[in-house]
Amino acid sequence: MTETKEIILPGELIGERNGRKVGKGTFFEGEKVFAKVIGIPYITENEIFVVPLSGVYLPNIGDRIVGVIEETQISGWLVNINSPYAAFLPLAEAVDEFVDTTRTDISRFFDKDDVIFCKISKVTKGKTIQVTMRDYGSKKLYGGIIIKIIPSKIPRIIGKGGSMIQLIKDKTKCDIYTGQNGVVWIRGDNKAKAIEAILTIERESHIVGLTEKIEKMLSEGNGQKI
Amino acid sequence: MEGKYALELIEKGKRIDGRKFGEFRPIQLNVGVIQTAEGSAWVKFGETEVIAGVKMGIGEPFSDTPNEGVLMVGAEFTPLASPDFEAGPPGENAVELARVVDRGIRESNAIDLEKLVITAGEKVWLVFIDIHIINHQGNLLDAAALASVAALLNTKMPKRKDDEILRGEVDKDLPVKFKPITITIGKVNDNYIIDPNFEEEAILDARLSIAVRDDDKVCALQKQGIKELSFEEVEEFVKSAMKKSKELRKLLE
Amino acid sequence: MGKKSEEKLIVSGKRIDGRKPEELREIKMKLGVVSRANGSAMVSFGKTTAIAAVHGPRELFPRFLQESGAGILRVRYNMAPFSVTDRKSPAPDRRSVELSKVIRLALEPVVFLEDFPKVTIDVFVEIIQADGSTRVAAINAASLALAAAGVPMKSLVTACSVGKIDGTLIVDLCGKEDNNSECDMAVAYLPIKDKISLLQMDGQLTEQEIKKLLEFARENCKKIYELQKKTLKEQYKRE
Repeated sequence: MTETKEIILPGELIGERNGRKVGKGTFFEGEKVFAKVIGIPYITENEIFVVPLSGVYLPNIGDRIVGVIEETQISGWLVNINSPYAAFLPLAEAVDEFVDTTRTDISRFFDKDDVIFCKISKVTKGKTIQVTMRDYGSKKLYGGIIIKIIPSKIPRIIGKGGSMIQLIKDKTKCDIYTGQNGVVWIRGDNKAKAIEAILTIERESHIVGLTEKIEKMLSEGNGQKI
Repeated sequence: MEGKYALELIEKGKRIDGRKFGEFRPIQLNVGVIQTAEGSAWVKFGETEVIAGVKMGIGEPFSDTPNEGVLMVGAEFTPLASPDFEAGPPGENAVELARVVDRGIRESNAIDLEKLVITAGEKVWLVFIDIHIINHQGNLLDAAALASVAALLNTKMPKRKDDEILRGEVDKDLPVKFKPITITIGKVNDNYIIDPNFEEEAILDARLSIAVRDDDKVCALQKQGIKELSFEEVEEFVKSAMKKSKELRKLLE
Repeated sequence: MGKKSEEKLIVSGKRIDGRKPEELREIKMKLGVVSRANGSAMVSFGKTTAIAAVHGPRELFPRFLQESGAGILRVRYNMAPFSVTDRKSPAPDRRSVELSKVIRLALEPVVFLEDFPKVTIDVFVEIIQADGSTRVAAINAASLALAAAGVPMKSLVTACSVGKIDGTLIVDLCGKEDNNSECDMAVAYLPIKDKISLLQMDGQLTEQEIKKLLEFARENCKKIYELQKKTLKEQYKRE
């Protein structure tokens, strides 16, 4: 995997296809692959892609996200997934028991402003989105607060094999769920510290030496600013 | 759906109405059609129909040109002319059309504005050109520009007594020095067409409108459309516009 | 653009502000000036200053504006009342309406609107100080703001103004030159593809002069593009 130090800009050439997959953040003309967005280009054996440094969340099937219930409808809920596109959570994908919708007000299961951890199950070409709670790890998240960061920075917050997020959880003793849609849910007494760490990672994600800086930040006493 | 058909044909070297790429639709031009205006012209490019009326008034000059008469061009995309024209103040396309027609006339010095001064810095003749679209079947700009110049050539200045205009009494011709002609060239992939009709306009990649004066000086350029042009295409279009403008200018003689 | 004053605008090879004919004014570019926007930039050419902010991609209402299969780009160009010597009324005037359209069409060729069906990308440009060539500053700022917002594009868009004064070709017209030139031309350029996305000219030019001016514009856009690249790359430096 080649990771270059240079940021790439829209329209700049990354490399030749050579049979590789043309991945996210790129477009191609003949054999040449160009960047579509400002970001960090990657060339692997099988793929050429760009990790964007900014941009809104565009859902992909399989993404695990943190959503907020926006509206209760008749057989499901509208969910805010931090995207220009709203998502729908059908009743059948959220509740196991049989529900008679003519008699039951389904807001007793999920109501406006409830926070859920769920999975993107369908994305049509016209960008109609469906989510499901039928996934290992999906649940309603009680209490806590949510913050929004640039979605493409989430992998940095999680870290290699989850090392970064584990570090934050351990040091702050907070419950944290990170959604691939850039929404992070945090609960705990020390959430201010966790938030500070997360926002620092978002801001400085492309800078070398970040892990050490975060470790130092979290190890210092409460209320110490770097 | 017709747009798609127009595209297919153009790729094969043909046009929906059988024209060649460099051919205009049948053009009709009548002047003096509006009795209440000081000058007027009615123009048809195929089914596209436009009326330009010239009204004259007396007023203050613009502060930066105290020794010149005033020219103002407006365009009305009347709701009857097309299902997608809405009633109300001019939208961006009407505003753009008026301003591009204005620039073609103004930059070419078509009207001898200095001859329209009554008292320098205080009182001058005002020339209002109002373009009314009657039917939108494509290429409104070229038709409107032609109608505007024809209307100017048709304009007789009214008699004046001090500050009052004696409507109905004619004095002399409006001093018109040049006859600028606007030619719009449309591009679809590598095909270039003159006088696109409504269906063709919908599938154009880009358009370049070129205003050319009698002596082949180019007085205005305006690119429209959502795709880009190459430098070579711009130069080629300017050349073609210069040639084609002579055809239209003949109609004004 | 006919000459309105008898003043000579080029004296001994120097323009009224002391510049050489081929000299650009001091150009400043800055990102992130509107923190609430998805992306933003400020660009100034001498005194002319434009601030562009991108809000979006975001949901588009009312639904009838949604075109099937692709998102839309909306641009609003506006001049602040205090941006010009004679106060300009805050109401949108015809010039701003035309420029909004023309700037949108300068940017549209490069934005991947097909990646965002049913959605709008709103670009707002405010001219807070005007001294000629405002649409050019606006386009340069809007292009930076779109890139900073992570909007997928085929290329950045770079713009410059060129013209002719006293028979000499000049670049980057200031306000006085704008009003008194024999001709002025605004060009928006797509650097990597070497194409034109906006072209407006008024004046009186021969075919040869048009060719020369276009070439002059191309050279200068390339210079401005280097500055845009530098601004973006420095914002996201890795060290």
